[in-house]
This record gives sequence, C-alpha cells and structure tokens, in this order.
Amino acid sequence: MDESTPEIAEKIIDTGIETGADRLTSEKIERVISRVIKGETGARLKVYVNTCAHCGLCSDACHHYLSRDKNPLLSPAGKVKQTMLEILKNKGRVNIDFIKRASEISYTECNLCRRCIMYCPFGIDIAYIIQVIRRICHLLGVTPQYIQDTSHSHAATLNQMWINEDEWIDTLLWQEEEAQDEIPHLRIPLDKEGADVFYSVIAPEPKFQAQLIYQAAVIMNVAGVDWTMAAGPGWDNSDMSMYTGDLEITGRLKKVHYEAAMRLKTKKIVMGECGHAFRSVYDVGNRWLAWHTPPIPVVHIIEFYYQLFMQNRIKILNKFDKPVTLHDPCNIARGRGLHEMARYVVNATCSEFIEMHPNREHNYCCNSGGGVINCGSPFKKKRLENSRIKADQLLETIQKGAKVVITPCHNCHSGIEDIIEHYKLDLEIKFLSDIIYECIEKSG
Amino acid sequence: MMHDIYSVITGPLLWFSFIAFFTGSIYRLGSMAILAKKKDEVVYAYMDFKYALRSIIHWIFPFGSLNMRKHPVMTIVAFLFHICLFIVPVFLFAHIILLKESWDLSWWFMPDKIADIMTIIVILSCIFFAVRRLMLPEVKYLTSFSDYCLLFIVAAPFITGFWTYHQLPGYSLVGIIHIISGEIMLISIPFTRLSHMLFFFFTRGYIGSEFGAIRHARDW
Repeated sequence: MDESTPEIAEKIIDTGIETGADRLTSEKIERVISRVIKGETGARLKVYVNTCAHCGLCSDACHHYLSRDKNPLLSPAGKVKQTMLEILKNKGRVNIDFIKRASEISYTECNLCRRCIMYCPFGIDIAYIIQVIRRICHLLGVTPQYIQDTSHSHAATLNQMWINEDEWIDTLLWQEEEAQDEIPHLRIPLDKEGADVFYSVIAPEPKFQAQLIYQAAVIMNVAGVDWTMAAGPGWDNSDMSMYTGDLEITGRLKKVHYEAAMRLKTKKIVMGECGHAFRSVYDVGNRWLAWHTPPIPVVHIIEFYYQLFMQNRIKILNKFDKPVTLHDPCNIARGRGLHEMARYVVNATCSEFIEMHPNREHNYCCNSGGGVINCGSPFKKKRLENSRIKADQLLETIQKGAKVVITPCHNCHSGIEDIIEHYKLDLEIKFLSDIIYECIEKSG
Repeated sequence: MMHDIYSVITGPLLWFSFIAFFTGSIYRLGSMAILAKKKDEVVYAYMDFKYALRSIIHWIFPFGSLNMRKHPVMTIVAFLFHICLFIVPVFLFAHIILLKESWDLSWWFMPDKIADIMTIIVILSCIFFAVRRLMLPEVKYLTSFSDYCLLFIVAAPFITGFWTYHQLPGYSLVGIIHIISGEIMLISIPFTRLSHMLFFFFTRGYIGSEFGAIRHARDW
C-alpha cells in the first residue's frame, strides 16, 4: 500500500520455485488454497487474523527485519500481510507470481523461530501462519529445490541424506573402530534390545560429521550408559519435511523413529545436538500421530549431559580454558526451556563463560533453522545479509572476551559458521559434545 | 424532532446495540470455540489453566514483558488508554444517572473532574496511535484504511462526550452523535478487530499454555 516502502533488493531465481510455478494454473492455486484454508485451518487462523491490531510491535523480534535496516516488508506481521492476508482478502484467487513470492518469503525470510510470538501482546503464533503458507506452497509444488531434495530423501530413504542402510552401519563400525584406539572396549551397540537409551542423530552426522558419533560414543562409554542405535530405518531423527510443509512425510518419519525405539524396548530417546529434529520428535510429529506427548520420553542431549553431570557419571579432567559464549537455539530454549541446563553443563566444562545478549528465550535466531539454510546456495547471500544482527551480537560478545561460541544445534552451528566467515569474526565454533569430549576423564 | 431522535437512540437503538454487543460477543466466542473443537483440537488438548494465567498476568500488567520495557512510551499510552476506555463509560456520573432513571440501577461513580481527565487521555492516546500509524514505517506498512476507521470509532464517543459535557457550541446535536457513536462502538466490538478485547485472553492463554506446559519456556 505504501510505495515508498523499500523493496527486497535482488531477485533470486530458484529452480524448484520456477519449475513448480511453471506447472501452476489459476484453478489449481484456488483449489489448493481452498483445501488448506477450509480443510486444514480453523479457529486459530481466524482468531489470529481478526485479533492482530496491526500495531507492529512484533517487528523488533525479527532478525530479518533488524538485519535489513528495519525493512517493514520483513517484519513478522509484514510477512503475514504479504502472504496470508492477501490470500484471505482475495479468497484464494492469487496469481502465479504471488505464489512464487509467498514461497520465497515463507521458506527463506522466516525461520519459524517463534521469537515474534514473545513480542506480540496477543501471543499470536505468527510462525504457525507462515507454516500454513509453506503448506500451501508444498501442495502447489512450489518449493525451493534444495530443501525439497532433502524432503524427497526423507520420503525415499527415511533419512535426510540419501544414505543407504549399509553405508549407515558401515559408518558406525568405522567410528567404533577409530574410537577403539582411544578406548579399547568401546562399542557402538546396534539394535540392542532393552537398552536404557535409544540414541538417534540427524543424517548429516554420518554423512559429513562422523566424528560427532565418535565423540558421543566415547561419552556414552565413559559414562557407562546402556545405549543403542538403530541398525535400520528410524536412526535418523531429522525432518525437513516438517519445514517444507509435507506433514504426511513428517508423520511417516516420526512413526518410524518412535517405533524403532519402542521395538527395541528402550526406555527413552536421546537425541544429538540438533534443534529442528528435537522440535519434530518432541512437539510436532507426536501431534500429527495424535499423541499428546511422544509415546516414549524424548530427551535432548543437553538435558542428558546435565543428568550425567548431576549423577557424577562423567568427570572433567581439565576445564576448557578458552572463554566461551553460548548460543541458545530456538527449538531447545524457546522450544523446550533447556537454556539453564545448558548453562550448567557449560559452567561444569568451561573455565570462563560470557553471556551474549539477548540470551535464553530472547536470543536472536541463527537465521539458518526453520529450513532456511536447507534452501541452499541460491539464498545464501540473502541469508547472510539477513544475519547482520546476529553478527553484531556475536561481535559484541567477542569484544567482551569470548573466543569460542558453543552452538548445541546443527542448523545453528552451520549458520553461525557461515556468519563467522562472512563477517570475518574472530570466533571458533563448537558443539557442546566437542568440549565435553575434549575435557572429560576417559580412563575409567 | 430532536426529541424523537433522542427517544429512538436511547430506546430501541440502545437496546439493539446492547443485545448486539452481548449476543455478538457470545456468538463470536462460541462459534470460535466450536470451530476450534472441530478443526484445532490442539487448543483444547494443550490449554493449561495455570500457564494460561501465568502468561495473561505477565501481559496484563504494564512492563510485565520485555517488549513492553523496550517501548516504554507505547506501553504507558496503551495501558492508560485501555484503562480509561473501560472505566470512563462504566463509572461516569452522567451514565449512571441515566441508568438510575431508566432501570433504577446504580453503582459507584467517579468525580467528573477525573472522568474529564481520563477522557482527554483516551482522545490523546487515539491521536498518538494515529501519529504512530503515520510515522513509524513498520506500523505504516501494516496500516490499512480499516485501522483508521477503528481508531475513529473508538475516539468518537469520547470526543463527542467531552464536547457535550463542556457544552461547547452545538452540544445538543453532538450529544445525539455521542450516543450513536457509543452504540456503534459497542456493536463494532464483536464484529471487527476490536474483538481483540474478547480474544485476548484466549490467544494469550493458549500460547502461554504451549510455552509453559509443553516448551517449559517463558513467553514474555
């Protein structure tokens, strides 16, 4: 409505969005939108739209908005105005260009980090509204190519990275063998029935970061945990389909995951350092499968490490001696309130801890989660530009003396790694398990 | 003529607006509750009284949330505005006199001087909100014509009430406009975005429950 509003500068071409858009017809758009709005949404969407006072107070919550000189198009309510409000106003009769833009906004200009909920006086769940837009784009087949590929992988292989079953087992055996150099009797138990802990990871770990499995195995063995991993489907707890809007696949993935843990009669699922996977297993998949809470207890590794420290099952030999700061990932701070336990573990393992500000539930998003980094290279430049506020926050913490940032989430880790490189920040990045592995007493 | 209009707007039209307000509010809340039962079962499944209340309490007191502390002027204006908006019409001496005459009902009323100040606060707040909509780019972008209409609907009864009370020129006509504008506001509450008055407790309560009971996190 306001012509003086600055536009989002560059036009980005994404093959997935373009190809999907080429197949659209106005009938299809109308049919799909009506299916979603009439069939899948109800009172929440209606009340949210009718309650929003257009006050703009959500703006300051959003790192996209803050990073781009407070561009009103990037405020949470601004993104809803450009997408959902237009759809409702036009009763679903929107054109192909609109769908392309809605796809780009919902997949790459919102991380579903839910910070804005905490800034809205009414507690309007803006992330939910954006997710409905993603759902529409998914059903229309207008999704960014890279993230769609991971969702296809989920559908075909039940893991995110097109990993074959033999490759998975082979990777575990390889890591087991490597770790046996350090701890001779170390095992990575596979399909062990009745184990206390069912340990699951995201597929990028065996694909690119096998050392994380190594480190987890060492910590589990040193702590004397009765644990197992799944030999077959269900070992991967990640879920990009949740972020593309393909909730049917999410349901399938989570069912396989819970069932793998339950078939082995394990007592709980412990998940590696990932945020989105935790959201999917703890808060989303169970709902799709009509479980009020997950059918088996789901514990994020932060909480698990916290318990190990509390029970004195692992001991620190020498505390990590570089000053560290902690990035609170949205899905385990805002999504599970684990920030105090994370601080306990950090303080137990590191000699100097420097808070970044804002922190805990109010921490700025890494701008990678919510599937944004998974939309890949076409959007990388924009992602980094929209991360400026995060870079400023990190810089401020560096000036207070921090040398290392701990990011107990894979998405945050990759995103902040990119931010550090792009903004040339003098900061090392580590997972919590990197530090615990480095500092614990290994000879039992 | 004037008298005829007056008796219509304080008679049938007043009844109509009260009935529209109450039944409209019940209808809106009821229909959303039924729709939620049918389509948003999560709202019932995850609503938790304790955490709903925790969230509502944090957001119903000034500066109870981080965002309120970040916008102190907006917070003070918004709270004063909403408090005055409720208190003035309900506890105004002139309104209670009318109520006493019609139905022999009455309750505590406030001194006119205070009511006058509170009325001015409401009017100034509306001006503040309008200026905010015009000046702040992020608010301007979100603002549509309907937002100014709503602001006008809310401001009108207070401007005209002030006018009538102080017997400014043309006050007898303005008095009639005052009554009509009050009625319009009442009818508008359930059927426009002023319904945030009704839904605040439910949106807040629901998200407070999700944050508190499921996510074990604060939402303020």
